[in-house]
Amino acid sequence: MARSSGFREAKGDLRLESVTKSFGDFTAVDDLDLVVPRGSFFALLGPSGCGKTTTLRMVAGLEQPSAGNIFIGETDLTGSRPYERPVNTVFQSYALFPHLTIRDNVAFGPKRRGDRNAMTLADETLQLVQVDHLASRKPAQLSGGQQQRVALARALVNRPEVLLLDEPLGALDLKLRRQLQVELKRIQTEVGLTFIHVTHDQEEAMTMADTVAVMNHGRIEQMGRPADMYDLPLTSFVANFVGRSNLGVGQVVDRDGDNLVAEVQGTKVKVPLARANAKDGTVMFGVRPEKVRVLRSAPEGGGDDVKGTVLDVSFTGVATEYLVRLPSGTVWSCYEQNLDVDPIDLRPGDDVWISWDPAHAFTVAADEAEARAAEEATA
Amino acid sequence: MSALAHVGQAGGGGPTDPAPAQERAGRSWLPYLLLLPGALWLFVFFVIPLLQLFTVSLQSQFPGYPGYYYRDVNFSNYLRALTDFAPQFGRSLLFAGLATFFAFCLAYPLAYAMAFKAGRWRNVMLIAVIAPFFTSFILRTVAWRQILADEGPVASTLNALHLLPGGHITETWAAVVAGLTYNFLPFMVLPIYASLERADHRVIEAGGDLYANGFTTFRTVTLPMSMPGVIAGTLLTFIPAAGDYVNADLLGADNTKMVGNVIESQFFRVLGGFPVAAALSFTLMALILAMVFVYVRRFGTEELL
Ligand SMILES: Nc1ncnc2c1ncn2[C@@H]1O[C@H](COP(=O)(O)OP(=O)(O)OP(=O)(O)O)[C@@H](O)[C@H]1O
Ligand SMILES: [Mg+2]
Repeated sequence: MARSSGFREAKGDLRLESVTKSFGDFTAVDDLDLVVPRGSFFALLGPSGCGKTTTLRMVAGLEQPSAGNIFIGETDLTGSRPYERPVNTVFQSYALFPHLTIRDNVAFGPKRRGDRNAMTLADETLQLVQVDHLASRKPAQLSGGQQQRVALARALVNRPEVLLLDEPLGALDLKLRRQLQVELKRIQTEVGLTFIHVTHDQEEAMTMADTVAVMNHGRIEQMGRPADMYDLPLTSFVANFVGRSNLGVGQVVDRDGDNLVAEVQGTKVKVPLARANAKDGTVMFGVRPEKVRVLRSAPEGGGDDVKGTVLDVSFTGVATEYLVRLPSGTVWSCYEQNLDVDPIDLRPGDDVWISWDPAHAFTVAADEAEARAAEEATA
Repeated sequence: MSALAHVGQAGGGGPTDPAPAQERAGRSWLPYLLLLPGALWLFVFFVIPLLQLFTVSLQSQFPGYPGYYYRDVNFSNYLRALTDFAPQFGRSLLFAGLATFFAFCLAYPLAYAMAFKAGRWRNVMLIAVIAPFFTSFILRTVAWRQILADEGPVASTLNALHLLPGGHITETWAAVVAGLTYNFLPFMVLPIYASLERADHRVIEAGGDLYANGFTTFRTVTLPMSMPGVIAGTLLTFIPAAGDYVNADLLGADNTKMVGNVIESQFFRVLGGFPVAAALSFTLMALILAMVFVYVRRFGTEELL
């Protein structure tokens, strides 16, 4: 077959400008703006149904946006067909060609583009993902993990400008998943392509990506480096979707130098202004569980603290999780690293003080429903 | 029917289960028990009559007593079947081949539309394909004979416009092929539809994602994935069409007779025709078996392109 006629060479960052996709009355992707720098590993993280696949399909050209534009570098790809784009997809279900051998599956793309070395390229790529010994088999004769590697090879062999991975590890067991995460990262570093990795596993996104975007209801809630996002969530959804947070709704009552003072369930707490994403009126206050200390007696010196009662203790080896009921009735979780030779020996019913450094606290706009939704989505 | 077995196993993309672990020894008779009723049925109603037919095909006639035979090993019946009735054999294969071809040409787009484009009309179309089975095949063919008859609406209109060269539609080979095509069309549509419907849409999308345009994706992905259905459909059309005599009888003329017609007349209308009719039946069966074997060996495997 002749070279696909309309193929567009485009190089550069992937840019989505005000991209919207509606299905009837339902808006699956809502006015999305996104820049993915060339050569970066970008993770799109979000709960089921938030529009991740729809976003990828629009980048691949399998779906056209209802509004907005998609660029790679300066080339506007909006409206072009999938086969015209320098973009390849690793499908969630692998979608290997069942009637072709593994080698022919991988050589499919290069052949369509008229590459004479299609077979050699296929063999090299199969070697890269370490399934070259299966080259003459059919997809049905491979295990899930092997099929996943072939799906990756089939996309990778084309050296696309942007590689889209739609939950490629979703169907695998934990061990294989971890192993393939490491390999994916290695391959990305080796070949230097732009990877967009969709997942609803926050740990996967955090460990692999340079940049993580958290998506919810068709919008991006927050985007940034994994560590930054974990350290300072900007919405109640992110606070509970990327790791967990102890959250409480309260009122801003005062300012104290660089700090904001809020009254949360009867306790006055401080939050650095730089970490306060909501600064007035009703806000949602939060601290990460591992930033909270559990103490037998009232702490001395700086920091905010509350008295409470131990509800439950679970020992997980590296750490111990305490569930502490506060006077207001809310239950906080606190992770204590098991560093001390003599750990504090607490039992349910014991009275304790919990304390944290205000430098770790944050506030976000109060939205308990979203916080709960995030908690349920990651349960 | 290795072809049909093939239909069952092809198509799926998932990993196949490893062979099930050995059954416990005490239960190994169960599959045979389940096979028993079917096997008995086939033995009584298929194997025995077949053997009977085979012995008939080797019988000789009592000289001077037309209609009476004695047991013999007389292969001249086969010689007669092949020499005297070669034109009918040729026509059977030709007509069945043409009908299969036309049925394929009609069925594939229809099945494709049903599987991919019909949306909520899919079930309506499916019923429309199956609906003809609610009336008898012979009645429908009789109806076609009336529709296509010289004084019928089609032929008279075409004649009035001087568009019908021979003046007739019925009693031509075209009418026979059209009848065969019509009658066996559902057998072509349904397996193709089933294989297309089962095909993973993501796999077809993957073709587009990997630089194949619409037509190339069809040629290299969709069509090969539907091959099991195409093979099943062509077999289900060709085999009964090659042995059919109703269409040639009702829509054709003497010069469009097929093997089925000869067998029928040798059995029921010609005194002393039994052995030849039986030999014709066996020859037809062997011929079709051989062709199906070659066909499935050639196309039943994966690659067509
Ligand atoms: N073709 C379609 N027609 C109508 N609605 C659709 C269509 N495709 C997707 N949707 C809807 O758009 C929303 C987003 O779907 P999408 O597949 O992008 O979710 P996702 O984030 O990939 O979820 P998951 O993690 O479960 O794969 C869903 O609510 C879905 O029902
Ligand atoms: Mg999805």
